[in-house]
Amino acid sequence: MTVASDPPSHTAKRPRKLFKNWMAKLASLPMILTALVVFVGGTAWTVTYSFTSSRMLPKTNWVGFDQYERLWNTDRWIISIKNLGIYGGCSMVLTLVLGFSLAACLDRKIRFESAFRSIFLYPFALSFVVTGLAWQWILNPDFGLQSVVRGWGWESFTFNPLNDPNTVIYGLLIAGLWQGTGLIMCIMLAGLRGIDEDIWKAARVDGIGTIKTYVMVIIPMMRPVFITALVLIASGIIKLYDLVVAQTGGGPGLSSEVPAKYVIEYMFRAQNLGQGFAASTMMLCSVVIILIPWAYLEFGGKKRG
Amino acid sequence: MADMTTNTSAEPRGPKPKKAFSRGNIFLYGTLIVVSMYYLLPLYVMIVTSLKGMPEIRMGNVFSPPMEITFEPWVKAWAEACTGINCDGLSRGFGNSVRILIPSIVLSIAIASINGYALSNWKFKGSETFFTILIIGAFIPYQTMLYPIVIMLREIGLMGSIWGLVLVHTVFGMPILTLLFRNYFSSIPEELFKAARVDGAGFWQIYFQIMLPMALPIFVVAIILQVTGIWNDFLFGVIYTKPATYPMTVQLNNIVNSVQGIKEYNVNMAATLLTGLVPLIIYFASGKLFVRGIAAGAVKG
Repeated sequence: MTVASDPPSHTAKRPRKLFKNWMAKLASLPMILTALVVFVGGTAWTVTYSFTSSRMLPKTNWVGFDQYERLWNTDRWIISIKNLGIYGGCSMVLTLVLGFSLAACLDRKIRFESAFRSIFLYPFALSFVVTGLAWQWILNPDFGLQSVVRGWGWESFTFNPLNDPNTVIYGLLIAGLWQGTGLIMCIMLAGLRGIDEDIWKAARVDGIGTIKTYVMVIIPMMRPVFITALVLIASGIIKLYDLVVAQTGGGPGLSSEVPAKYVIEYMFRAQNLGQGFAASTMMLCSVVIILIPWAYLEFGGKKRG
Repeated sequence: MADMTTNTSAEPRGPKPKKAFSRGNIFLYGTLIVVSMYYLLPLYVMIVTSLKGMPEIRMGNVFSPPMEITFEPWVKAWAEACTGINCDGLSRGFGNSVRILIPSIVLSIAIASINGYALSNWKFKGSETFFTILIIGAFIPYQTMLYPIVIMLREIGLMGSIWGLVLVHTVFGMPILTLLFRNYFSSIPEELFKAARVDGAGFWQIYFQIMLPMALPIFVVAIILQVTGIWNDFLFGVIYTKPATYPMTVQLNNIVNSVQGIKEYNVNMAATLLTGLVPLIIYFASGKLFVRGIAAGAVKG
C-alpha cells in the first residue's frame, strides 16, 4: 500500500506533528466524530435547549428555569420519579441478593451447573418487549396465574398487580428481575471463581461455617465485582422504558409511568420539546450523581494502590 | 428416595461429588430447581399458549398443555396479524429487522475494530481523551441525545429510513465494541507489531494481515453482542423509523398492545416467541461465547 508514514526517528518532527500517524487519525475519525458531535455535542445541545420554551420546533427564546419549574410541578413527573425510586431500590437490592445467592449456589461444585446457568441467563437474551408481553399474559387476571390458583379451589386468591395502581410497579419488578438477574449472577460467578481456593481451606480449618465465610470473607473480597454490578444495574434502571411500554403502557392511568417514558412522550407525542429536554437533563443529572462517586472509587483507588 | 440413593452410591458410576445427597445438598438442589421454574415458566407458558386454540384458552388454565395442538396462531402471527391498517403480519417486521441488523453489524464492528486497533497500537495525541469521552458517553441516558440525532438525521436525509437507524446503532454500539477490541488488541504482544513495522508494513497492512486473523474469536463475541443488542432494540426503532420500516420488536408491541379488535392471546404469544427466537437461537448456539461477550462488556467497565 502507499502508506509511507514516517519512521519513528524522523528529524523534522515538529512541523509535521499533525500529520504524524495521519492514517490512524483518519481511521479514528468516526470515533472522534461520535465522541465529540453526538455524545458531547448532542448532550450539550439538549441541556442548552432545556432553557428555552421550544414546543413543536426547537427555538431560542430563553426562559431560564421555567421548564424545570413546570416539570417539578407536574404530577406525572413526580409519579415517574417515585416509581423509578421504588423500582430502582427494590431492583438493586433484589438483583444483587438473588444474583449473588444463585452464583454462590452454582459455585458449590454442583452437578448440571451449566444447565442451571443457561436457564438463569436465557431471559437476558430476550428483549424487554418480549419480557413485558410474556409477563403481561401470565399476570392476566382472567386467564393467568390468578385464575389458575382460583381454579385450584382458593376462590378469594387475588394476584392482579398490573391492574392495581398501588402494586403495578411490583408487576414490572417481577418481569425486570426475571430478565436481569442472570447477567448479575454471571458476573458474580466470575468473581467467585476468581477467589483463591486456599481462602476456603483456611476458613474450614478455622471452623467458620459456609454462610459465615460468604458474609465475612468472600463478599468483602468481592467489593469491586459488587461495584461493577451496581453500576450496571443502576444504568439499566434509568433506561427503563421498553418494559413499561410493553407490559403496562404506563397504566393503569399514570401509575406506572417512568422518567424515560415521560421524556419520549413529551418530545415526540405531546410536541412539547422544552419539557422533554428539561426532563432528560434531569435524567442526565441523576446519572452524573451516580457516576461521580463510582469514578472516584474506581479510578481514585487505582492511583493509590 | 433416600434409600435408593444410598444404594446406588455404593457402586461408583462415573465421577460423583462426595455426599451427593446430604441435607445441605438437597436444600441446594431444591432451591435451584424452584428458582429454575420461575425462570422457565414464562417460556413454557408462551409455548403452550401459542399452540392452543382460542376456545381452549378461554376455558382452561395457562399452565395446562394444549389438548389439541394447532399451528394456526403461528401462521397468523407471521402472515396475517394486524397493526393499524396493515395486515401482513410480523413477516414485514422480521424483514426490516434483518435489513437493519446486517449492515449495522458490519459497519459497527468494522469501525469499532479499527478504533480498538488504532487506540492500542497507533496512539496519537488525544486518542485516549476521545476514548474516555466515548466510554463516558455510554453512560449518558439516550434520552439526552435523541432529539439532536433526529436533527442530524434530517439534515443528511436519513430520518425514518433503515440507513438512519443503522447509523444510530453504529454510534451507540461504538463504546462497548471499541472497549472490547481495544482490550483485546492491547493483550497482543507489542513485539509482533514492532516487527511488522520494521518490515515496513503500514497501518492497514498490519491490521488486515496480522491483527484481523488473530482477533477472530473476539469478532465472534462482538457479533453475538450486536445481534442480540440490535435485534432487541425498541427505543431507537420506535423513534427513528416510520411504520413501513419498523423493526420486529416495535411491530410486535403494536400488534399485541393494539386496542382494536378481540384479543387473540394465542396469536400474541406466537408473535412474541417469533420475535424472541433469533436471540434465543444465538444464545443457545453460542453457549460460552455469549457469557464471554457479556462478561467482556460488563466486567471491564
